[in-house]
Amino acid sequence: MRRVAIIGIGNTEFGELWDHSFREIGITAGLAAVEDANISAEMIDALYVGNMSAGRFIEQEHIGALIADYSGLARDHVPATRVEAAGASGGLALRQGFMAVASGLHDIVVVGGAEKMTDVSDLDSANIQSSAADQEWETVLGATFPALHALIAHRHMHVYGTTREQLADVAVKNHRHGALNPKAQFRREITRETVLGSPMVSSPLRVFDCAPSSDGAAAVVLCALENAKKYTDTPVEIIGSGQASDTLSLHDRKDICTMEATRVAAKRAFDMAKVAQKDVQVAEVHDSFTISEILAIEDLGFFKKGEGGKATEAGLTGLSGQIAVNTSGGLKARGDPIGATGLAQAVEIVAQLRGKADKRQVKDAQVGLTHNVGGTGATVVVHVLRRV
Amino acid sequence: MATAPRFWRENPSRYNLVGIKCNSCGRHFFPPRSICPVCHRKSVGKIERVKLKGEGKIFSWTEVQEGPEELSSNRPYIYAMVEMEDGLRFTGQVIDCEPADLQIGTPVRAVLRKLSEEGPSGVIHYGYKFVLRKEKSP
Repeated sequence: MRRVAIIGIGNTEFGELWDHSFREIGITAGLAAVEDANISAEMIDALYVGNMSAGRFIEQEHIGALIADYSGLARDHVPATRVEAAGASGGLALRQGFMAVASGLHDIVVVGGAEKMTDVSDLDSANIQSSAADQEWETVLGATFPALHALIAHRHMHVYGTTREQLADVAVKNHRHGALNPKAQFRREITRETVLGSPMVSSPLRVFDCAPSSDGAAAVVLCALENAKKYTDTPVEIIGSGQASDTLSLHDRKDICTMEATRVAAKRAFDMAKVAQKDVQVAEVHDSFTISEILAIEDLGFFKKGEGGKATEAGLTGLSGQIAVNTSGGLKARGDPIGATGLAQAVEIVAQLRGKADKRQVKDAQVGLTHNVGGTGATVVVHVLRRV
Repeated sequence: MATAPRFWRENPSRYNLVGIKCNSCGRHFFPPRSICPVCHRKSVGKIERVKLKGEGKIFSWTEVQEGPEELSSNRPYIYAMVEMEDGLRFTGQVIDCEPADLQIGTPVRAVLRKLSEEGPSGVIHYGYKFVLRKEKSP
């Protein structure tokens, strides 16, 4: 297996991008990554595109070909593959690109992720997001995506004593980080009172516990590590890649307070990387809801089970904390264009490891982690990255 | 909008809580599946359909303010995860009660109710919901 590096990154602003179409945002991010890597079109061997549901959001399937075409790569017949795993589509696309370069099949691969969520009504958008859950045995019976996470939150509060205020602290911290990210959807700070005073969605979760609907795209360029210095002075190596599945329905899980697929994907990624949790300074984790970040920091092994709320309240996950979590603002404040999210996480970690994250720079960041979740945890992808 | 057969074919389980028992290991599962996730290939030909009792306790619950459009007539509604005596879990709505009546551990049982309807003249879908159950005295 060859070692693989990220040599270019690019992303659009995230938010309600009404003036721009799906294909425009996809190409904008891809082009930015290609310019950053300083490569030309003829050098690209393959494209991978993470996208959850263009079929329902913009009634367009065949996304791989669309992106290849408008990237100007159709005449060169560059192979393009769409990858889907609900919220984990982007992270899974990155893993496909990683495997393609690691195997030696391709030398230079562009991996992008994109979603255009605001061309449908909020209600339609919520229904489409719910399709990551089991349509026959969850959604039909009244489940919504927030409702399923509310079941997790209520149980976590019951078993571990996690408080409503600790959940709010996740959103407060992520908005504080988002305010420092020029491309974030929400660039203003909020307080506990903002969260606790926002309308109830599904008790105990309120509007400010939930990641928004967003438009946006992000992309990276991968090549074999041995060639990376030809293109950039600051390559970042993907030292670990782990993926795991779990039951589609939440009710079939052994324990709804633990995302077992996160634990397993993290173990696989850390084993490959030959580093441990204590070696990681910065992590982008999948905070679809405030409770999701608490589960993530526990199940990734950064904090003991049940201690995630307390750690957040104590400020251990802030920019100068024990481990900086969601320096980009996370899904909550950066925004969550579903298929783009896994790539946006990688873009942020690469910026951090290059030392180019400006006001949100984590001091001496050497190793970073991305954690991307599909549904309520039926697919999880974890990557560990290191500055070369 | 889905066609009626998509709902019909699930009716045995949605109406009568028909799950499966794996006769290789004895475990129950709901909804039905054709391969036991514990026994894998050993379970082929040993999966038996069984009606579940439908009694259990609230494992976790939430009051949903904004639900899907088809369920708009009964918003807000309570959605819960229920744990059965054999450890099997279901999710569904809890009806005929107020949030103040509910706690984790509250006993409930499954009943057949209307789930949703496709507009004023469309198909009506039925399935299980949960109601509070008085514990039998020992």
